[in-house]
Amino acid sequence: MKRYILKTAALAFIVASSFNSCTKKLDLQPTNDVTAAIAYSTPLGYKQNLGKVYGAFALTGNYGPGSGDIAGIDAGTSDFFRLFWKAQELSTDEAVVAWGDPGIQDFHLMNWSPTNPMLQGLYYRSLYQISVANEFLRQSTDDKVASRGITGVDAANIKQYALEARFIRAYQYWVLMDLFGNPPFTTEADVVGVTIPKQTTRTDLFNYIESDLKAIETPMIAAKTNEYGRADKAACQALLARLYLNAKVYTGTARYNDAIVYAKKVIDAGYTPISNYTQLMLADNHTNTSENIFTINFDGLKTQNWGGTTFLTHASIGGSMNAADYGVDGGWYGIRTTKSIVDLYGDLGTNQDKRAMFYNNGQNKEINDLTNFNDGFAVTRFRNKTKAGATGASLTWVDIDMPIFRIAEMYLIYAEGVTRGGTTGDIATATGFINILRTRAYGNVTGNIAPVQLTTNFIIDERAKELMWEGFRRTDLIRYDKFTEGTYLWPWKGGAKDGTSVSAFRKLYPIPSSDLTSNTNLKQNTGY
Amino acid sequence: MNLKRLLIVILMPLVVLQANAQDKVVTGKVTNASGAPIAGATIKIKGGKSIGSTSADGSFSVKAPTNSTIEIVSVGYSSGQMQVPASGLMNFLLQPTTESLDEVVVIGYGTAKKKDLTGSIAVVSAKDFVKGQFTTPEQLISGKVAGVSITPNGGAPGSGSTIRIRGGASLNASNDPLIVIDGVPVDPNGISGSANALSLINPNDIESFNVLKDASAAAIYGSRASNGVIIITTKRGVGGKAKFNFSSMTSVYTPSGKIDVLSAAQFRNFVNANGKPSDIALMGTANTDWQNEIYRTSIGSDNNLSMSGAIFGKVPFRASLGHLNQQGILRGGSLQRTSAAIVVSPKFFNNHLKVDFNIKGAVTENQFADEGAIGAAVGFDPTKPVQSGNNRFGRHWEWLDPQSTTGLKSLAPINPVGLLHQRDDRSHVERSIGNVQFDYKFHFLPELRAVLNLGYDISKGGGTVVINDSAAQSYKRFKDVNNKFHGGVNNAYRQTNQNTLMDFYFNYAKNTSFGNIDLTAGYSYQAFKTTNFNFSDNTFNGTKVNSPVFPFDIPENRLIGFYSRLQYSYKGKYLLTATVRRDGSSRFSQDNRWGTFPSVAVGWRIKDEFFKNTKAINDLKLRFGYGVTGNQDGIPLYLYQPTYNLGSNQSQYQFGNTFYNIYAPAGYNSALRWEQTEMLNAGIDFALFNNRVTGTVEYYERKTKDLLNAANQPAGSNFTNIIIANVGNLINKGVELTLNLAMVSKKDFTWDLGFNINYNKNEITNLTLSPDPTYVGNTFGGFSGGTGQTILINALGHPRGAFYTYKQIYDEKTGKPIDGLFEDINRDGTINSSDLYKYKQVDPVVFMGINSNFTYKKWNGGFVMRANVGNYLYNNVRSGSGTVRNIINPIGVLRNGSTEVLESNLSGNGEKYYLSDYWVQNASFLRMDNINIGYNVGKVFNNKANLRLSANVQNVFVITKYRGLDPEISGGIDNNLYVRPRVFVFGIGLDF
Repeated sequence: MKRYILKTAALAFIVASSFNSCTKKLDLQPTNDVTAAIAYSTPLGYKQNLGKVYGAFALTGNYGPGSGDIAGIDAGTSDFFRLFWKAQELSTDEAVVAWGDPGIQDFHLMNWSPTNPMLQGLYYRSLYQISVANEFLRQSTDDKVASRGITGVDAANIKQYALEARFIRAYQYWVLMDLFGNPPFTTEADVVGVTIPKQTTRTDLFNYIESDLKAIETPMIAAKTNEYGRADKAACQALLARLYLNAKVYTGTARYNDAIVYAKKVIDAGYTPISNYTQLMLADNHTNTSENIFTINFDGLKTQNWGGTTFLTHASIGGSMNAADYGVDGGWYGIRTTKSIVDLYGDLGTNQDKRAMFYNNGQNKEINDLTNFNDGFAVTRFRNKTKAGATGASLTWVDIDMPIFRIAEMYLIYAEGVTRGGTTGDIATATGFINILRTRAYGNVTGNIAPVQLTTNFIIDERAKELMWEGFRRTDLIRYDKFTEGTYLWPWKGGAKDGTSVSAFRKLYPIPSSDLTSNTNLKQNTGY
Repeated sequence: MNLKRLLIVILMPLVVLQANAQDKVVTGKVTNASGAPIAGATIKIKGGKSIGSTSADGSFSVKAPTNSTIEIVSVGYSSGQMQVPASGLMNFLLQPTTESLDEVVVIGYGTAKKKDLTGSIAVVSAKDFVKGQFTTPEQLISGKVAGVSITPNGGAPGSGSTIRIRGGASLNASNDPLIVIDGVPVDPNGISGSANALSLINPNDIESFNVLKDASAAAIYGSRASNGVIIITTKRGVGGKAKFNFSSMTSVYTPSGKIDVLSAAQFRNFVNANGKPSDIALMGTANTDWQNEIYRTSIGSDNNLSMSGAIFGKVPFRASLGHLNQQGILRGGSLQRTSAAIVVSPKFFNNHLKVDFNIKGAVTENQFADEGAIGAAVGFDPTKPVQSGNNRFGRHWEWLDPQSTTGLKSLAPINPVGLLHQRDDRSHVERSIGNVQFDYKFHFLPELRAVLNLGYDISKGGGTVVINDSAAQSYKRFKDVNNKFHGGVNNAYRQTNQNTLMDFYFNYAKNTSFGNIDLTAGYSYQAFKTTNFNFSDNTFNGTKVNSPVFPFDIPENRLIGFYSRLQYSYKGKYLLTATVRRDGSSRFSQDNRWGTFPSVAVGWRIKDEFFKNTKAINDLKLRFGYGVTGNQDGIPLYLYQPTYNLGSNQSQYQFGNTFYNIYAPAGYNSALRWEQTEMLNAGIDFALFNNRVTGTVEYYERKTKDLLNAANQPAGSNFTNIIIANVGNLINKGVELTLNLAMVSKKDFTWDLGFNINYNKNEITNLTLSPDPTYVGNTFGGFSGGTGQTILINALGHPRGAFYTYKQIYDEKTGKPIDGLFEDINRDGTINSSDLYKYKQVDPVVFMGINSNFTYKKWNGGFVMRANVGNYLYNNVRSGSGTVRNIINPIGVLRNGSTEVLESNLSGNGEKYYLSDYWVQNASFLRMDNINIGYNVGKVFNNKANLRLSANVQNVFVITKYRGLDPEISGGIDNNLYVRPRVFVFGIGLDF
């Protein structure tokens, strides 16, 4: 008996000591999550990773509409376009919002602070997408691809993906340069979790974006030959055109000649506007490939998020509007526009310009209370309906894709470049381009203009009409010296009912204080 | 193989029947000096084995050899001895020991004599448990232990509690103490389908709770000791004649209160006075109190039968069976639990090998009521009827919009009664915890023992949620490819937890001329494995809305520990305990995986030094301890590794005509390491005046460094902007006092009074990697109303969980808050987030418990009161619903709200109003937790059984200035609490 007990004890001891040497038991791996070596092991894996480089635009997280890549902000409000839109539109005459979410009223009142959660969300979202693009580039070097046994067409495709990742990164750096001026800067050469990004300046960043875009311009796939949803040469050129148009704001040096040249390159690639302006933002606008150069793609069933066009559609609906007319299950009683935009069309009763897409039944043109949906006209551009009138796949999440670049902007850039003294284009061609847009807007030539009418000031109003709520207004007003100045006022600008000027430092948004704390390389923008 | 042989070894003695010739039946009663019965006292043959124990009335009946001497042993009393008289009738009167000090206390991996303890250990044994009907075990010691706060999470059947020992030590890692049941550290994670993992333990099976509060006591559990340890020991058989105990309790649960909302009449007046004609037109003619409609008075029963005795007259065992049935006061919810436990404790080879088999199991059937109905009942228009009079939406009245696809008004509240009636959420959960312990005393060296403990904690839970397709809450929620709408829900969920443990240690104990040595060294391995099954989301008729990418997920984590402890006492006066534990956790990388956690403590029994002959002083001991403990629970399992996760089917991205599931890199922190808490503890234990005054005073400091804290990452440096990293320091300092007074100690009348109080000050002393005085802090604490807003902050120089608010300005004449007016704290002319300030705190500064028990002849009774001081709550019920904007809102429906609106008439416009300090209210309270009374009927059924009757009331009353339903809410935010019931319990107990 004793022997057994001793044996048992000895056995237990041996078991114990073997565990001692066997601390490998502490090396555990998740069940479904994988290492980079596995995620990038096949051509399909590369494409699924490329999916995140793009998808970071369209989704808030990887696990449905409630999940978030960005922490510290409500997941539903953390997607790129919703945040970008708030920063670019709510701060201007184009939009007001009724809600009381923290910081949201600060945009229109123009008293945002470095702790504004939405600015923080946008800043982190842009840098997140840059980080994801950097990671894709790290995994897509020739050596890495070859080491994974991927060759031939597959390897060539991955080379193309990498160019697109650089384009996405350049786009987000443009966003950061335009809104925040001097963001932290990081590339695929940095080590994740180790390198603390250094701050760049607006001018340096401009030069970086320009040179990186020019470097990928030639090897990128030709315009209109890539898969839907992926960037091509025209997208690259369109971003360069936008960059050059605003170069004076970014660097102090105007580049209108380059803006005209690059806008023309895109136009010459064969894009033409679709025939009906009111069909630009519909559930089946993925068919608008003649007009749209690059889009963020949403889908009611497969690409769900509470921001993007889902936000723009639902939040536009309130008051006596019937949500079913817009293909959704209800309104969110949020966003409207000010009379400054409405009045661009003169008397709405006689107006022929179809771009005046307002809803005024029960809505007051005057805004007495920003938080009352009934104050300010509602906007009806975004509808989750197809051209044929069918409703989108889901009544909650909409199918509308969001154009980031479409041909109309290129016409407007060409024209503005010419009116601002650019010599690489001519006024006759410019007028022709503008009249293409106005013919579509009026349904006939009655709205067309003569070359003599095409002035720089004419173009900003034309942009307000053509590109309403597409995320341009703040950048445009800054380029026209109308954003902070007292020379142009709109309802509740700067917090006063009839509008007032604000300090010029507000042409840039502040670096979020959370990042100033965690990254000591950063300095706050002047004024904050 | 060896295990098989081992089993043979263990089982063989069971078949060897013991002959007991010449035994005599001995009966009697054991009482204390005041004549009160002593229950559960062990009856032994002197110098030999235990042969039984006393029942609740102190009586016993055992067989003993003639001429033997019987010894009675009971904790807290000096033992009594008597030779068996010819009559066989013997009554014992036991004197309380000066020394409840010889009492043996269960500590981690072993036991220690109470008098030798140097650490802070509080023991609550069954006789001191709070009396009443409890579904979850932690309630048994609520208010009984200084420094331990137990806050019930709500009134739902079986819902758990937030347990904090000395305030908790962390910010973002777990603050929950480690709970060890019979040597098995239980899984800290819950199980799907059960409100609370501890609710699967039957409180009636528990013998004692030992709470290890300081490093010296807890550091042997190194890695998981930072938040203290609670050791739960279940009841064991004591051998002897079979004893049965049956208890039955019937409970009546009533809602202890309602949220003050406008009555239908008040609502009408308000809307008529403040609304536009279109608002007034929305009102109906009914008078509905929606809270009355969702709550009910419910009943429950709790029946327990236990048996203890010896198998073959030799092997002590205990078996128990329990059945609990509790209806929730929120209509539709219920809990049924059937539990069983069996303990067998054989000994072999002249007691050289002690084996302890322990198996506990429980099966619960839950039905969960939709708690969304609570908020809905506050907000639903009281002028609307419950029933609509037509068949839509299950006949429930709802806000309609004939133009919408669903026919329902969007953003409108849903009928709370409909929420309850239309949802059927049932679960079935099984859990078993068990262990077998071999404790072998070496034949050639009896001072040396080898102990092997193999344990498991396995649970399995699953259930279904079914919502009818006529239900408004999910009406027509999905449109299929044929444009056909489907509503309702028909979903399943399932999870299993498997937690296995192996402990092996040697213990060497020897009394030598240069002192008593007790040395323990061992190894521990514990593995936690959960399997989550993923199911598709379906509508009521089974149409798939979406399906999971992966069929299951198996998160795992493991811990390996090496530990040793020396307990040394010299002349019984000078005491030393030293421990060291080295722990490895799978949550950290190879480089950071191992942590070493030492502790040392000394004790000095001054009584034996200076007051040996002082009668008034029965005991006096000084203790001082210092140590380091670790924490790694509560953080993600694989955070140190770079991984990619594949997105769900709703998060695909379209290229061309194909949608791709996408891979995202996850943020990671390869530098993640142990959070460490340095603990310092100084205490005095005293017993005075013939032990009528006993108690402990302690001072402690707990400094946590390398806090596992959600830290901002430099943007662009990682794949997330906030990640758990080791950043920050936190200090807890406090004083505890425990005082027990024997106020009256007479034969027919005893009265005891117990009092405990804890003062705890908590301060964050660092939050950033490099010192940054401008850093505002980490905000958290989302609430209902403002999307993405937070009300709490962890900030440098402030306690954990301060409120972060605007300073409300009040009307000087009326004292009422002025709408939208806040102080411009930084005087820059605008009110923005720079004007938020830190205000008060969530955690109480002082909390205390008062309990009292009396016996008078056959009567006994008592009460337990608890009080918290200095804790504040954000009253989200008032801030969220008590405004004009909530009741008369722009979306074309009416909502009810708090009567706050009649007092302050705040508009509710803008976003700052939610963050006003006006909503942060003093939630200090005094609660009468429990009042109980019992009567011992005595012998019934021809003296075959003893009968006891009891009655008690739980949650009797609360005294507070707090302006909400209940001031005791963990987490600092009061929003739609499931109101705690007031419980009336009637019980009978039978021993036979």
